[in-house]
Order: sequence, then C-alpha cells, then structure tokens
Amino acid sequence: MQRSVARPVERVTERVTESVVERTANRTEDHVLNRVAPGLFATALTVARKDIVIELRSRSVILSALSFTVLGITIFFFAWDPTAVASVDLAPGVLWVIFTFSGLLGLHRSFGVEQQTRAIDALLAAPVDREGIYLGKMLANLIFVLLIQVVALPAVALLYNVPTGAYIASLAGIMLLASLGLVSVGTLFSAMAVNTRLAELLLPLLALPFFVPVILPAAQATGRLMSGRAISEVAAYIQLLAAFDIVFLIVCTLAYPYTLED
Amino acid sequence: MRLDPGDCLALFGPNGAGKTTLLRLLGGLIRATSGTASIGGVTLPGEAEVRGRVGLISHQTMLYDALTPRENVEFAARMYGVRDVRGEAERALERLGASGYADRVVRSLSRGMQQRVSVARAVVHGPSVLLADEPFTGLDAAGASALTSMLAELRDAGAAIVIVTHNLDEALALCTQAAIMRQGRLVRHDAAPVPSRGEYTALYRELSVDAA
Repeated sequence: MQRSVARPVERVTERVTESVVERTANRTEDHVLNRVAPGLFATALTVARKDIVIELRSRSVILSALSFTVLGITIFFFAWDPTAVASVDLAPGVLWVIFTFSGLLGLHRSFGVEQQTRAIDALLAAPVDREGIYLGKMLANLIFVLLIQVVALPAVALLYNVPTGAYIASLAGIMLLASLGLVSVGTLFSAMAVNTRLAELLLPLLALPFFVPVILPAAQATGRLMSGRAISEVAAYIQLLAAFDIVFLIVCTLAYPYTLED
Repeated sequence: MRLDPGDCLALFGPNGAGKTTLLRLLGGLIRATSGTASIGGVTLPGEAEVRGRVGLISHQTMLYDALTPRENVEFAARMYGVRDVRGEAERALERLGASGYADRVVRSLSRGMQQRVSVARAVVHGPSVLLADEPFTGLDAAGASALTSMLAELRDAGAAIVIVTHNLDEALALCTQAAIMRQGRLVRHDAAPVPSRGEYTALYRELSVDAA
C-alpha cells in the first residue's frame, strides 16, 4: 500500500497545486477533435441569444422597464405646463431621461441573472474569449434598450404632439448610436458592480457620469431634429456619438476580462 | 500532488478548509496567490483551450432557472464548441436520467433533478478533467447511483477526477486517491489503494472537531 501518512503540513497552493493533473493532454485529443472552440462573435451571439430567451421567458426586466417608461412619460406630461415650455424643448429631455433610467434597470439584471446559481462560474470556465461574453451581454442589452425606445418614442411623440415622421431615420440613427454608447459602458459597470452588496446603488453611481458624453449630444441632436432643423446641423453630434461608441466599445471590451480577476 | 489519466482523488476536509477554493483554482476561475497548478503541462489559469478540457460541477447548480434542462445543456455545449450540440446534450441528459424532464423549466424541478442536469451540463463536452464540488448534493439514491456510475465510466475512459465531498462511502469506493485538507493545507494524502472507510471516518471526524 502506497501511502504518505501525515505529511508535513504544507500550503495547498504550494503543494496540492503542483502538477495536479498531468499527461492528460494526449488523452484529450479525441474529445478536442469533437469540439471547435467558438470564436469571439459566435460566443457573443450564443450569450446574447441565451440572455434574450431568458428575458423573453421571465419578462421580469422588460415589464418593469416598460412600465417605468410609460409611467415616466405620463408623469412628465402631467407635470408639464405647455404655456411655459414648448413641447419640442421638453420632449428630447423626457425621452433621454427615460431611456437612461429604464436602460439601467436592464443593465443591472444583465449580470444579476448569472449570480443566482453561480452560472457565471460555468460561463467563465468555458473555453471562450471572455471579451465574447462581454459582447454578448452588450448585444442583449442593446436589443433590450432599443425595444424600450420603440415603445417610448411613439408615446412621447403622441403625448407631446411632436411629429417625428419627417426625420425618423435620422432620429433612429441617433438613438442607435447613443444606445450603443450607453450599453457598452453600462454593461462593463454592471459586471463590476454585480458582486458588491450595494450593486443597485453602485451601478448608476458608476455609470451615470460616463453616460453624460452620450446623453448630451444625443439630446441636443434630438432637440434640433424635433425643432425642424436640417440633418446637416446635427452631423457634428452624430460624429461625436460615433467616436464615443468606437472608443468606449473597444476600451470596455478589452477591460472586461480584468473585472473578473479574483 | 499529481493525478494521471484515470485517477480519481477524493478530497475531504471540514468547512472552510479550502477545498472549493482549490477546485476554483483548478477550474481556472481564480489565480493562485503562490505556487502553481497545471493541466497537461499548461500552468493555470492558462488560455481558453485549457479550460475546455475541464468539467466543473458545483454544489450550486450553475443553471439558468428560466431555461429548460435541454436549453441549459445545449448552451454549455455551444460554449464548449461541441459539434453535435443537440445529440451530445441529449446523450448527457439521458446518461444522468434527466431526459424525462428535459423540456420543463429548471425552476420547476426539485433540487435533486437540478443537480442531475447540472452534472449533465458539466460533462456534455467530454471533459478529460472533472472537478466535482459536492456532486451528490440533493441527489436521491437513484441519482447518486447514476452519478457514481457516470463518474466511474469517465474515470475508466481516462478522465482525471477530483471530488470534494463529505460523503466518504461513495467517494472512497470510487477513487484511487484520497486526501484531507484543513485550514488551507493538505494534512494527509493516500494513494491507491485508499484506506478503509472506518479509518478515514475516524480521522475525518477528529480533524473536523479540531477545526471547529
């Protein structure tokens, strides 16, 4: 009987972890041949699809965010004095306040769904680039935010009597660019905040200052379009939004793996 | 410590001994503060490819409760790049006796049923290293028996297995090595043949009382 009884006490990290599993590489080849590690975008699509199916089935965030959206727009409407403020001056602000805060509801849930049963561990143990996980989460959040906008925009246009038909394509472009900026930053902060005890407080505190460079040009461009200005007058804002998106999407994607270090 | 293909290590120890931490380290989820761990000669946490060889079972199910068992296992298969996603998912569920409720939402299943699905999720990609943290949690006798058979099958097929458990009977019957940890340290390690259950029970109880 081979036995090493009562070995001298040694730190686990120094001894137990010394070559715990060796020579398994060759034995794994058969398994490896049956697998092809998914690439960055395949991973992103798989994660996004999973998140969307979960949300469509549970509807927990969609329902609360849509309720918040409709209630928020309605409350702003009842508090609005049309004799003091013109609708085209108020509507862009209402729109972007609603987008921001309803979006935060979804962002908080984004990584929260991974925590309940520690599904995040299984996700991180998978042989995929962790940037792909971030991109998948970001994509699911983007779709979620866009869905809210699809409801919010007609509601604002209707209640505040702001016709949007003439410039709807430009407005949609601005909303898409701004949403991309919001969710790229928000998804990263959601990953950082989810493990903290005050995650619901911490996420808006961390994210809102970074939302400002997106919300300001987006609200300005929306206001100008609603006032009947030409698209050329908002081109600078669109460029600013596009630049913000590129920088923050790249930075947040590369930064995400570092938020997982334990 | 070293495990070769076909080896199975039963790791015991009182609560807080560091068993789960060790498995998380081997699973590439955390970094060692000192020392090294390696799989197939690759130092952990290593690149993504190394993680693909490992299957992870936790005392938490790591399942999405709004999805069905089939969707959970298929999602894992996709993340591991399994070619025949549906076929392998079906086989894994069947192996654990979970195919009968594969299309019910996970949240409607009992803890034992969820644990079977969790094991199916962990083995769907055919891991060559299986790290099982309290794998018998919530399982009834039939479930425990199915899991034991599957672990023995994996071991015989050449997988290296580490089982963290308080269930000495099942683990000692299955494993070729046994070890006890306490307060982050390895205090005993036995290679095959592992000691008798009685001997280990007495030692384990003694260590657990000391730790308390």
